Amino acid sequence: MELLKQISENLQNGFDEVVVKLTEEAVEKRITPEEIMNNGLIAGMNVVGEKFKNHEIFLPDVLLSARAMNRAMEVLKPLLIKEGIPVRGKVVIGSVKDDLHDIGKNLVGILLKGAGFEVIDLGNDVPAEKFISTAIEENAQVIGMSALLTTTMPVMKKVVDMAKAEGLYGKVRIIVGGAPVSKEYALEIGADAYSYDGANAVETIEGFFAEGI
Amino acid sequence: MKNMLERLRDGEILIGDGAMGTMLMERGLKGGECPESLNLANTELLEEIAGLYLDAGADIIQTNTFGGSPLKLASYSLEDKASLINRNGVSAVKKAVEGRAYVSASCGPCGKILKPYGDTDPVDIYKSFEVQMQAFAESECDVICIETMMDLKELLLALSAAKQMAPGIPVMTTMTFDATPKGFYTIMGDTIEKAARVLEEAGADVVGSNCGNGIENMVKIACEFKKCTTLPVIIQSNAGLPLFEDGNLVYPETPEFMAEKARELVNAGVSIIGGCCGTTPEHIRAIGKACRESRTR
Repeated sequence: MELLKQISENLQNGFDEVVVKLTEEAVEKRITPEEIMNNGLIAGMNVVGEKFKNHEIFLPDVLLSARAMNRAMEVLKPLLIKEGIPVRGKVVIGSVKDDLHDIGKNLVGILLKGAGFEVIDLGNDVPAEKFISTAIEENAQVIGMSALLTTTMPVMKKVVDMAKAEGLYGKVRIIVGGAPVSKEYALEIGADAYSYDGANAVETIEGFFAEGI
Repeated sequence: MKNMLERLRDGEILIGDGAMGTMLMERGLKGGECPESLNLANTELLEEIAGLYLDAGADIIQTNTFGGSPLKLASYSLEDKASLINRNGVSAVKKAVEGRAYVSASCGPCGKILKPYGDTDPVDIYKSFEVQMQAFAESECDVICIETMMDLKELLLALSAAKQMAPGIPVMTTMTFDATPKGFYTIMGDTIEKAARVLEEAGADVVGSNCGNGIENMVKIACEFKKCTTLPVIIQSNAGLPLFEDGNLVYPETPEFMAEKARELVNAGVSIIGGCCGTTPEHIRAIGKACRESRTR
């Protein structure tokens, strides 16, 4: 549909005002919010993600598109809730206890929201218990943890161990990232995945949902 | 001591120092602690580390002020102490080196993303750097090093604050580039060619790259910088990306390996060679020796 294509294209260009206007127009034209989200906004973000991965565009472009996505989602969210259509999924993110670096984690949050997920950002210096209790209370499907210091990485293992003890293992997927973190470390502590950057984190989390978590 | 820029113009090669963070952690800095808080609590430690790099043969020694801009310090609620933290950082190195090496005041990213793609007003970022640069000027460092920058726009704000608040103090600027199949880019999409051109126009005295992903890439980065600028080039590589071995994180590149590659940097025409994350006084000693040998060749 032409209008949805326009939404996708303007989103790719980061024109947030236009995307919001076109989204409102689509709602007025009785296109379902689900269709606007999937075939307009998310379709656009998929192109953005692909171009970012291929180094055709860079972070500022992705951030601008994500902002347009977020603003359009503010229009759609009440309608989606009213129709009982679940948002794409819930992700709890945070930098682990004693780690005060949050720029990487913030980017992941922006990109996840941009991809249509509901994000609960616990901030930095987050104790292991907090990740677990929030995931339970909020019924989240994914926990994402970031560490920038070698000394704070063991908290990630603690969260994985606690998730097992709480019976969350297999229900909630755990993804880790940050400069000193590696795929090997993720495997060693029993996390579900490691991501090397924000776009890859979104891709991996989308993979979880595609597999039905 | 002779003017640093004159020495570089005369074709001399100067040796930088190695990592600060890893040295601090080995000496008790805990995860989650603000590294710059030591500038208030334990300046003897800073003097000790500067002394180790001096003994290892470094000509330029950096201060522990990488995260010393008020915006960055705000995450530890230390923004009100920014000026003192930066002044103490410079004084500690000055005291340790006593004129035997240049004191380079380190300035890293503010940790925020600029509007419109981020949420922080460039004016606020400029003001934050202004505070740090004024403290550097007051404590009379020999050179300012704006480093590990990934957004050229943020770097330009810091550079302009330095030129404004610390006129007369030379400024080195380094960015961190990722190797992509399409060449080297910062995460924000800046190329080496663009960085070199824009920074030279904006009055940087030395340009180059730091941190990164191992010294082999740095040789390529250095060659590209040399093609794009007549300014002296600085390269401060990390010792590769850390690997997880037997429960410990280790940096893969040895002093011998980095020293071998440092010769290639000399041949590429690099003027200042030092280290970043994971490099130790041993790395600097080996790099210094290799560069001195190449110099006399």
